[in-house]
Amino acid sequence: MSVNEVQQNKEVEQNWEPKILVFACTWCTYAGADLTGLSRLQYPPNIRILKVPCSGRVNPQFVIKAFQKGVDGVLVAGCHPGDCHYTSGNYFTRRRFLLMRRLMEYIGMEPQRFQNRWISAAEAPKFQQVITEMTEEIRTLGPNRKLRDDQW
Amino acid sequence: MKYAYFPGCSLSSTGIEYDLSTRETARVLGIDLWEIPEWNCCGASSGHLTDHLLSLALPARNMAIAEEAGLDVAIPCAACYARSKNTELAVCNSAEMRQEIEEVIERKYEGKAKARALLDIIANDIQAEVIKEKVHKELKGIKAACYYGCLLVRPLAVGFDDPEDPQSMDNLVKSLGGETVDWAYKTECCGASCPTTVPETGKKMLERIFESAKNAGANCLVTACPMCLNNLDMRQGQVEKTYSKKYDMPVFYFTELTGLAFGVEPTKLGLNKHFVDAMGLVNEVLKADGRRETA
Amino acid sequence: MKRVGVFICHCGTNIGGVVDCPKVAEIAKDYPGVVYSVDNKYMCSEPGQELIKKAIKEQNLDRVVVASCSPRMHEPTFRRCVENAGMNAYFMEMANIREHCSWVHASEKDKATEKACDLVKMAVAKAIMNKPLQKATIPVTDRALVIGGGIAGIQAALDLANAGHVVDIVEKEPSIGGKMAQIDKTFPTLDCSACILTPKMVDASSHPNINLITYSEVEKVEGFVGNFDVTIRKKARSVDMSVCTGCGVCMSKCPSKVDSEFEMLLSKRKAIYTPFPQAIPNKPVIDRDNCTYFKTGKCGICQKVCTLGAIDYTQEDEFVVTRYGAIVISTGFEQFDHSVYGEYGYGKYPDVITGMHFERLINASGPTMGKIKRPSDGKVPKNVVFIKCVGSRDVAKGKSYCSKTCCMYTAKHATLVTEKIEDSNVYIFYMDVRTGGKGYEEFYNRTREKYDAQYIRGRVSKVFKQGDKLIVRGEDTLLSQAVEIEADMVVLATAMVPQADASKLAQKIGIGYDKDHFFTEAHPKLAPVETHTQGVYLAGACQGPKDIPESVAQASAAAAKACGLLSKSEMLTEPIISVVNESICVGCGLCVPICPYKAIDLKTISERDHGKTIERLVADVNGGLCQGCGACTVACRSGALDLKHFTDQQILAEVNALCL
Repeated sequence: MSVNEVQQNKEVEQNWEPKILVFACTWCTYAGADLTGLSRLQYPPNIRILKVPCSGRVNPQFVIKAFQKGVDGVLVAGCHPGDCHYTSGNYFTRRRFLLMRRLMEYIGMEPQRFQNRWISAAEAPKFQQVITEMTEEIRTLGPNRKLRDDQW
Repeated sequence: MKYAYFPGCSLSSTGIEYDLSTRETARVLGIDLWEIPEWNCCGASSGHLTDHLLSLALPARNMAIAEEAGLDVAIPCAACYARSKNTELAVCNSAEMRQEIEEVIERKYEGKAKARALLDIIANDIQAEVIKEKVHKELKGIKAACYYGCLLVRPLAVGFDDPEDPQSMDNLVKSLGGETVDWAYKTECCGASCPTTVPETGKKMLERIFESAKNAGANCLVTACPMCLNNLDMRQGQVEKTYSKKYDMPVFYFTELTGLAFGVEPTKLGLNKHFVDAMGLVNEVLKADGRRETA
Repeated sequence: MKRVGVFICHCGTNIGGVVDCPKVAEIAKDYPGVVYSVDNKYMCSEPGQELIKKAIKEQNLDRVVVASCSPRMHEPTFRRCVENAGMNAYFMEMANIREHCSWVHASEKDKATEKACDLVKMAVAKAIMNKPLQKATIPVTDRALVIGGGIAGIQAALDLANAGHVVDIVEKEPSIGGKMAQIDKTFPTLDCSACILTPKMVDASSHPNINLITYSEVEKVEGFVGNFDVTIRKKARSVDMSVCTGCGVCMSKCPSKVDSEFEMLLSKRKAIYTPFPQAIPNKPVIDRDNCTYFKTGKCGICQKVCTLGAIDYTQEDEFVVTRYGAIVISTGFEQFDHSVYGEYGYGKYPDVITGMHFERLINASGPTMGKIKRPSDGKVPKNVVFIKCVGSRDVAKGKSYCSKTCCMYTAKHATLVTEKIEDSNVYIFYMDVRTGGKGYEEFYNRTREKYDAQYIRGRVSKVFKQGDKLIVRGEDTLLSQAVEIEADMVVLATAMVPQADASKLAQKIGIGYDKDHFFTEAHPKLAPVETHTQGVYLAGACQGPKDIPESVAQASAAAAKACGLLSKSEMLTEPIISVVNESICVGCGLCVPICPYKAIDLKTISERDHGKTIERLVADVNGGLCQGCGACTVACRSGALDLKHFTDQQILAEVNALCL
């Protein structure tokens, strides 16, 4: 690594902003995020929402891939337990989430980087609050380096 | 079958015949009763009106001693049973409460030792066939109104039988060869705490119990609570006087009847210690042709 | 390489006021695959859509990304737009830069622009991976099944039949009619229940489009919307329906008497019986559990007296499989088993009865010929106490919900007692009086004012016997005092609960049910008669406590929904479903129990392997049942299952795009 590159890295580090990927289910959380917009509730611009039909569609593999590619935090959000559009999808999410958290702890990664929330289509304030809090949390944790592919 | 035995204050004073008959009955049934050493009052009636923690800690100490000995606790008195069961449930349901109680009593009590009503043990744990086998003298002539009172089977979490229409004692008396009547006041309060404060109310409550039992055709009452027995037995005369009625209804502990049926000497059961004469009915039973052929 | 066109919408100032749209369009030109990128004031407008169509043709685009509002708003619009330009609708992808960007980051314009770029980049990455999808068509069988022949089922069947569809009604009892047949009068009009029900029963039985399958139960349901294959068990009636004329000689000669369920055990029926005189079909069945012939092998009187030879002791249960396009479930309710309330003495005192018993007692064709006589000694009761909410609104021992009908039928009973028995007194213990409904409150007021029913607000703590009276002890909470009433008869308004086997039926069909085992509707407000399983509809009290008008209304609603489905010979299916890559599926079957729609089965395929033909199991997705949730894809360990339009590849492409 040349001196120049180290310098560059430092700059990157200083201007670092958390990058958070949100897997949102179509029926509840995606709609909740739409309502947040309709209600003009403001939150940090650090999230990118990826629409999936159901939170149960989220393969843990996607989450690991995202961390490898350098995302700093991942949120999987769906309907409240019992409210799943597909009856039971979010129950699978919940179980996978618990395992995922344990895997994260096992490999020495801050488990807070991976979160799971239930946000209904009506809970715009909750969406705002969750995103705001999570962004702050990730900001204090700093950039994700543990799982990241060595790109520099 | 071995139990830690918690007689409680009543059974060493006004309810001495309950203690005597319990020990005799247990002896015949082969139940080993280990009296909890240095047991203390469970604090019934006064304890839980004063302080919630106190009301749980007092029985907890007795339960803790039993737990150390690895035994469940057999409790004859309905009030002691209710208090002890409440403690057991409180400890099992809340780790926080358990810690608080353990700090107060300076012992460990994890809720492993269970509070058991003596009636529950004898009427439900022991099979009716076993009881019938031990019967030496069937209770011919006994028409009992089984009176459970207000503490034994309520609330649902504490009780061990239908809270509105319990049957344990009825089944036991039937196994002993006696008859029972279906009556309406088996779980009504007898007003044991009323006589000194609101005597008229207390008497009215008693009168309704006697009246209902009498109308149902009973010739005696059977109970599992020393407070109830005391009240029903001692104040029967007063009620008769006030309402100009005549009941002459002896009140038995279920253990007295069990002992009697098992062939224990009536005086050893304390049957001579009642206010309303019990010996008359007892002698009728003894005279009746109720001898069961022993196989 | 794909040729992607990117279209950035300003949405007036909604997006344009925050996000620098021309800049996003400029940057997007450098994204892999993008050959054309432009911004416009209103993409959804006619000129905006024209712009897209023109670009598709002129730039030879094969993928389109529209960055604008939420796809929940305009996805159909833009899909139609590209389709009109000859492109597959699923080649269009949207980036939500309004709800998810400009509106929520109004004060951070630079960051919002940056985010918009990312969102577009993700959409482009996904669009490149998009496959052309076609809506498939499946045939619809023009035949409906109604499960349960009570008033709801009858109504639904009649509506469907009148619309020209063939309907089968499966009823587990020997006759249709259900609970309404047992009821004497209906509130609030007090017209006779049988008088309005029996014509409908006759209509149903004589309708050319309706087949009654009584004394039968649903055994198995397979298939999916438009094509349900339902196995029906026709229980052995021991009577040949094609020969029997319903003359009734066998019933009059049968020597075994059994308590009649229809009469709430208040009178006897024979072992060969029809539940009630107006039964439809009016042909008997043999109750084998109570028939002397079936118990001992001797008797056979019914066979001897039947001149037509209709009695057939050798009949066996028969299974029939029929294909239906739609299913309406109308299995109704049962009475709550209130034996948990020892304090009311039900079962102990014969004069403590339930509302349904009372219906039979006042019914002119009932066991007492309409004279109210108490069951114990046949005396006419003077003081009648009604206890409401027995099992309803009681979280400790009963059900948490309100059974809705009891307030009204108790008021009706009170009125009838007063009308039929001179000098009678009626006392009603209640928690609240709930009389929402047309003419209901007026009826209740009449009961109190004109008929002088004593409403006592409070619960009953005990019912016990004193002499030949029942003493009802309770509390009058308005006067704060205990009350005791000497009653001759006590009537309990027991809760409505679903049929005991409701949960089993729900599992057979694959629909949801709640904690009380009522079937769950697809949406409590907007889809109250649909279920989560397409093509299955709900009617009547099986979905929740309901009175007759509500059950009838819901039945007609369910019928209308079913008609909508059956009126077309085929239907379009959503192409976003799971697919199996059979070459890597190991047939482990993990996906089968995970699917909430029972859409996955294992099937055997044969293939050539090392010169030999082998057979192996692979998963098989039923496109008619799959709703595209994707739960199975995650469970698949070999990665053989994938969800169309949301494939692993597509999602990972989006993730990659975000991180580049």
